[in-house]
Amino acid sequence: MQVSIYRFIPDSDSEPRMQDYEYDLPDDRDLMVLEVLENLKAQDPSIGYRRSCREGVCGSDGMNINGQNGLACKTPVSEAVSRDRLVLRPLPGLPVIRDLIVDMSQFYRQYERVEPFLTNDNPRPAQERLQSQEDREKLDGLYECILCACCTTSCPSFWWNPDKFLGPAALLQSYRFLADSRDTATEERLSKLDDPFSVFRCRGVMNCVNACPKDLNPTRAINEIRTLLIKNGT
Amino acid sequence: MVVNATSFSRSGLTDFLLQRVTAVVLGLYALCIIGFLVANPDVDQIRWVRYMTSPVMLVFGTLTILSFAVHAWIGMWTVGTDYLSEHKMGKYASLVRLLYQGFVVLVVFTYLLIGLGVLWRLPAIFL
Repeated sequence: MQVSIYRFIPDSDSEPRMQDYEYDLPDDRDLMVLEVLENLKAQDPSIGYRRSCREGVCGSDGMNINGQNGLACKTPVSEAVSRDRLVLRPLPGLPVIRDLIVDMSQFYRQYERVEPFLTNDNPRPAQERLQSQEDREKLDGLYECILCACCTTSCPSFWWNPDKFLGPAALLQSYRFLADSRDTATEERLSKLDDPFSVFRCRGVMNCVNACPKDLNPTRAINEIRTLLIKNGT
Repeated sequence: MVVNATSFSRSGLTDFLLQRVTAVVLGLYALCIIGFLVANPDVDQIRWVRYMTSPVMLVFGTLTILSFAVHAWIGMWTVGTDYLSEHKMGKYASLVRLLYQGFVVLVVFTYLLIGLGVLWRLPAIFL
């Protein structure tokens, strides 16, 4: 198999290039893309990428694998490879620091904007803020996001307005707190979303749903936010 | 940075709702025209003018032309702020966007004036 990797080392490269490597896949088992990368890095230590848990929990190794955003540690080579070729690029739409490593500051700024923490102005209870099982179930499909940025960097609206459109990951987290029965800042949260960009730049392309390695549905969450905005504003 | 100063209502929700309501008005008007033509395959100029100059169709036509102007501006503003941003065009983006928006305003306003002029002069010309 041929592995083509996006290479850019700012200290020595004037512009990015693709570097090809030959890789012999084992016959007896399937590999994850991350394993291929690790083996290649053993041959060429200059290849740069992020990784940590290697089991789809930390979200560090998000990258563009044969044109599709995903986690290298959760993507089997057999599913990703096309015509015996594996093409690895950094997540699109964010500045490249080096090789497959992107600067995620803009992504985190948008995450910060939605104030991803519980806000409750009621007196603090003695032990904890309780929630019914039904209310807790409303958070399923929302809290599992690992902030890998695969969804947000596959979204054309984020590519066009990364500083104004919150992006699918931040909006999923925004709805996670809007849907939380213990949060009392719903009005304030919604008032910060009622501009032409933050939420309403979502065109329902659903690249985010396609890219999410945790099988979450940010488009549904965005539609729920829109519904809340309509209920709140009309 | 792209700002909201030239958006139709400066509210995402209002723009979102207006775009959908005006789309419904445009769709209903198109259905009225198509429905009339389907129901009257042998239509002649007299019947067509009588239909188009009826008070209901004059008011509906006016509403449709206004809806077109609102719908077009919101849509074209959105397209412009998507594609003509600093991220894509650098430091000249604001100037290019201003020129683009000025051109769109001119075209929409021209359509608005001509549309209303044609619609409301019909009774005077034909009746």
